[in-house]
Amino acid sequence: MTELLAKTPCAGLLPLRAGTTTLTEVDLGQLTSLAPYRGQAAALSDALHAAHGLAVPGPGQTTESDDAEAIWFGRALVLLAGPAPDASLAAHAALTDQSDAWAVAELAGDDAAAVLARLTPLDLRASRFPVGATARSELAHMAASVTRTGEQAFRVMVFRAFAQTLAHEMRTAMDGVAARRTR
Amino acid sequence: MRITCPICGARDRREFTVKGAALALERPARDAGDVAWDDYLHNRDNPAGRSAELWYHETGCAAWIVVVRDTVTHEVFETRLADGDTEAGS
Repeated sequence: MTELLAKTPCAGLLPLRAGTTTLTEVDLGQLTSLAPYRGQAAALSDALHAAHGLAVPGPGQTTESDDAEAIWFGRALVLLAGPAPDASLAAHAALTDQSDAWAVAELAGDDAAAVLARLTPLDLRASRFPVGATARSELAHMAASVTRTGEQAFRVMVFRAFAQTLAHEMRTAMDGVAARRTR
Repeated sequence: MRITCPICGARDRREFTVKGAALALERPARDAGDVAWDDYLHNRDNPAGRSAELWYHETGCAAWIVVVRDTVTHEVFETRLADGDTEAGS
């Protein structure tokens, strides 16, 4: 019988390294979008807290527990990353499995913000975009989710079909920034 | 040009798509008559100055926004959610 092998979205594309900057694929576990039904936002928040120990993040924010993360993902939309969603959430929100839909990578290094700034119009200064902040924006003209995971680290998410474009655009930006650092 | 999304804050214009004058929010009643519907469907103002437009925060939070701005100076006076929802949503 044929045995199918699951490949990650960035298999064969990442990791990348240029200068001090690295781009590495990240496995967030199961991804589920939670879209609260009309008037159910507060009830969803309670259910999420009871089931996964997470508050529903406000716009531009993320919340974390030991084994799960909730990422604000748009208007009235939250992405639950890590565990399978508890069945109790389905009473308050439309749950959609998006585990295989996103290419996820972490950009890290002293020049991480400088590299990202070449690709997105977001204001990435730490005063406006601190650790834990997230945004939906464009990344090299692709719809993306960008989260600051550390002082010098960002997690970027694009649709899986754009994984190759992501790697290509990141390679160009990382090389460009690294070249300017060389003396 | 930067536009302040009521949900996301000030963002670059590239994240948005403009639809044009916010006419869709003033749809006539079903029985408003031929004149009102003809005007709604076919007649367009082309103001040089203050104008209310619909913008879509396409690569951002996906909200429809009414942007009141000056088409001559590009000054933005006001932005608000098109559905009138005061709750920014989660």
